[in-house]
Amino acid sequence: MKELTIISGKGGTGKTSLVAAFASLAVNKVIVDGDVDAADLHLILKPEIKTHEEFKGGRKAVINPDLCTACGQCIELCQFKAISKDYVIDEFSCEGCGVCVHFCPVQAIEFPENICGEWFVSETRLGPFVHAKLGIAEENSGKLITTIRRQAEKLGEERGLDMILIDGPPGIGCPVIAATTGASAVLVVTEPTVSGVHDLERVGELTKYFKIPAMVCINKFDINLDVADRIEKYCVQEGFELVGKIPYDPIFTEAMIAEKTIIEYSPNGLSEMVRGMWGRIINRMETI
Amino acid sequence: MVISIASGKGGTGKTTVGVNLAVSLDKRVRFFDCDVEEPNAHLFLKPIINERTAVNTFVPEIDFTKCTYCGKCGEICQFNAIAVLKDYVLTFPELCHSCRGCLFVCPEKAVQESSRELGVIEQGRAGQVEFIHGRLRIGEAMSPPLIRAVKERIDKRQINIIDAPPGTSCPVIAALKGADFALLVTEPTPFGLNDLILAVEAVRALKIPLGVVLNRAGNGDVCVQSYLARENIPLLLEIPMDRKIAEAYSRGQMIVDVMPEWKEKFRGLYQKIEDILNGNRWGNA
Ligand code: SF4
Ligand code: SF4
Repeated sequence: MKELTIISGKGGTGKTSLVAAFASLAVNKVIVDGDVDAADLHLILKPEIKTHEEFKGGRKAVINPDLCTACGQCIELCQFKAISKDYVIDEFSCEGCGVCVHFCPVQAIEFPENICGEWFVSETRLGPFVHAKLGIAEENSGKLITTIRRQAEKLGEERGLDMILIDGPPGIGCPVIAATTGASAVLVVTEPTVSGVHDLERVGELTKYFKIPAMVCINKFDINLDVADRIEKYCVQEGFELVGKIPYDPIFTEAMIAEKTIIEYSPNGLSEMVRGMWGRIINRMETI
Repeated sequence: MVISIASGKGGTGKTTVGVNLAVSLDKRVRFFDCDVEEPNAHLFLKPIINERTAVNTFVPEIDFTKCTYCGKCGEICQFNAIAVLKDYVLTFPELCHSCRGCLFVCPEKAVQESSRELGVIEQGRAGQVEFIHGRLRIGEAMSPPLIRAVKERIDKRQINIIDAPPGTSCPVIAALKGADFALLVTEPTPFGLNDLILAVEAVRALKIPLGVVLNRAGNGDVCVQSYLARENIPLLLEIPMDRKIAEAYSRGQMIVDVMPEWKEKFRGLYQKIEDILNGNRWGNA
């Protein structure tokens, strides 16, 4: 089973719309929304949820005021300044290290497991779909992504599917690392803006660091032809295959508002280009 | 005053709003790019950087001449960053959250302070704007400690504008915490609305007053406007969908570079924020 993760240095490059289009084109695949922080793919796929599980990630400390003697040990030891002068732990600052729990002389601190999100296995008109919702202000998005990727692999094996298609998170930090390490390849969706180039260079370095084959697609390439050109040169120089150049087209927004993939919404024109790009991606994946 | 600019997702124009606001005020402003994974604001503000500081964080190093392999350090570690074997202790610095639990717990004082680099902070100036940003080291997974280090340079006596990272999880919370006002930037599309709702939830959990800027207005539908009306959230500014703005952005120019008349509108935006804060009209009341 091959695993393709679609990422972008930053959100707003049209990544999710493209993933949805690929979901229309790929056969025998599991679709994963790995952007658990701000999941959007379900708005187009309209999943019918089949199973639903809590995601537990780490623990959070809570001080029991009845037992606390106000000795101040915990405040002194907490490296995250999470404990206030009146011995209340701020849940947004607590990293769940448990140091206060261990050193409290009167065992006044509880350390319950933290439910920090949920994940789902769903059926959609385009195939099985694994997705998640991270609780607000929760960390562990990396772990949650790893959890749903494992689930998608299991599902794919059970059903004898060929491919896992992952809508990845933005950035280069922990969620992206979790969504790309071990993937067969990544497709980086970028736009021809100075910040787009900058972000592409950062994710480019990341894929090299983790030795994952990378392909690049320039979305809205006609917004700035000079910068698009620079991106092309960058790809050649770094050995990233440029698989597609998509012009700016409001049809992406229209399809989104209609809750359809662009392939479903308007099979001609732009969709033909996306189809061509998907062909090149598949060819490249076969060589990996 | 600390204004944090956030959005459920990147690409909505958060940086655009932040940099245009910063240069429109004609006052001393401190601008913090806390999107340390992909800092972009410097591409628009073009500051002259005059200071670079590496940010390091604690990781353990084991002194094997003292270690008795009792296993206590491995037990306390919640992040699997230490594994104690029969006659060796493995440490995984990239998993370490720097809680120092191992250091505190070791009976033999065999755990010693070492450090790993999280990234760098760069500081400089662009006209009236004092510019500060962090850059996460490639391969480093944890951005909140670097964001916190960037925010240590906030000067409460001045206007501080913070460009937050995308999403609603720990990095955004690190960037939003302690702000006086959260300015959320969104687009009039179903994706924009979905992400905005998540961002509003996060800001409300932190009890920070909020307002919204609608970017690329006219390009989608009215779902965002009706949500804002329903939730009683003030819509502070609309920036229309305009190819001229998109092209300027692509070249690294700000809106006020190509349309100076927008300075007035960004000043108006700042004024509205001040009014909300002074009149105590909480966005999340
Ligand atoms: S260490 Fe325990 S007893 Fe001491 S202040 Fe903290 S919670 Fe209270
Ligand atoms: S707690 Fe100290 S003595 Fe015990 S295994 Fe860890 S380093 Fe070695």
